[in-house]
Amino acid sequence: MELVERLLRGDKRAAAKAISILEDYDKKAADVLGAIYPHTGKAHIIGITGPTGTGKSTLVFALAKEFRKRDKKVGIIAIDPTSPFTGGALLGDRIRMGSLTLDEGVFIRSMGTRGHAGGTSRATADVIKVLDAMGMQKIFAETAGAGQSEVDIARIAHTSIVVEMPGLGDDIQAMKAGILEIGDILVVNKADLDGVDSTLANLSLVVDREKPSGWKPRTQLTVATEDKGITDLADLIEEHYDFLKQSGTLETEGVERAKEELRAALSHHLFLRVFERPELIGEFNNLVQMVAKKEMDPHSAAEKLLGLAGIA
Amino acid sequence: MAKLRVLVAKPGLDGHDRGAKVVARALRDAGVEVIYTGLHQTPEQIVEAAIQEDVDAIGLSCLSGAHMTLFKTVMDILKEKGIDDIVVTCGGIIPDEDVTKLKEMGIAAVFGPGTPLQTIVDFHRKIAGK
Repeated sequence: MELVERLLRGDKRAAAKAISILEDYDKKAADVLGAIYPHTGKAHIIGITGPTGTGKSTLVFALAKEFRKRDKKVGIIAIDPTSPFTGGALLGDRIRMGSLTLDEGVFIRSMGTRGHAGGTSRATADVIKVLDAMGMQKIFAETAGAGQSEVDIARIAHTSIVVEMPGLGDDIQAMKAGILEIGDILVVNKADLDGVDSTLANLSLVVDREKPSGWKPRTQLTVATEDKGITDLADLIEEHYDFLKQSGTLETEGVERAKEELRAALSHHLFLRVFERPELIGEFNNLVQMVAKKEMDPHSAAEKLLGLAGIA
Repeated sequence: MAKLRVLVAKPGLDGHDRGAKVVARALRDAGVEVIYTGLHQTPEQIVEAAIQEDVDAIGLSCLSGAHMTLFKTVMDILKEKGIDDIVVTCGGIIPDEDVTKLKEMGIAAVFGPGTPLQTIVDFHRKIAGK
């Protein structure tokens, strides 16, 4: 494919078009993915998640500048929520990253969640592959502002960073299952605000426990707007990546990741087998009415659709 | 189905972004993915962002009076890069006598003060149906 050849040479326009194809999942998507797949697997994927307003975009911007100084090409995927009512989205993460736009070694793409829960979008993992194939070495995936259980990013990223800030919650919040557990590195951003000590003390409950890989989560204070703590954070990110490589975790987790990806692709393709066929969309709408009237339960309705699609 | 993506951008130095934000929000509510790049963008940055975001349209806003220079530079860079699949519109404080000149530059629509939001939404829906 000509488009793929161009993106493999680092052509940003081609990469941008390929990303749209994967996001919209149009007819060329399977071919694009198939063609780029052999060229992926070289990049270090770093997930950045955390509550709204903790400074994720500013932190990504600061880290991107730092890794550019270290001569790494940087890809950024910035995800913001899509309205569940209109399907529209206001993607505003570029506002904080303007001065990187013209850097040859940086590619930034904004994405809406498009109905996907979990802080990412269905296509996030696929879009990362485009950036990987075009030669980006550090790829940051910044999730939509997350609450407590938006943990999808950990299945996509090699290194997961959870961004907190002083004053967000007490020790019980830190003990709850969910988002803090996925952090390989826990960042307390806006560390020039009051309350850093108690935030750190609360996070120490999480940091105390080794991950299954043997990695002990670490904390880092930053003031991203002033580039404070960013060099240390970048060092930590590299340290974690080295750990993953040396411990063999990169490989074992790669199998897990492949399993998740195949699962997600399977459910997407099952979905498409129904929704690609106009007559089945009609049947879907009929079944919706029946489920709403309690004439049929949703699971039986799903089985019926799969039967009509020739799968069950 | 392909989702309509629009970049809303403010070139130049004026800091009046209320209009751009109102338009961005109206388009969002019409189901569009709006990429808002913030204040003080250079024409080069706007075109590069439009490329990386693979948008269908760019909406430029300028209230400083420098629109003839700034918008022309955006159009020139697009031409130079051989990009002909992005529709460009604009808004802001634009005197009537400039509207024709802007259209000659290739700007598809000029949405001055008082333009109903529905007009802007309808225009972009038409692009979506292209």
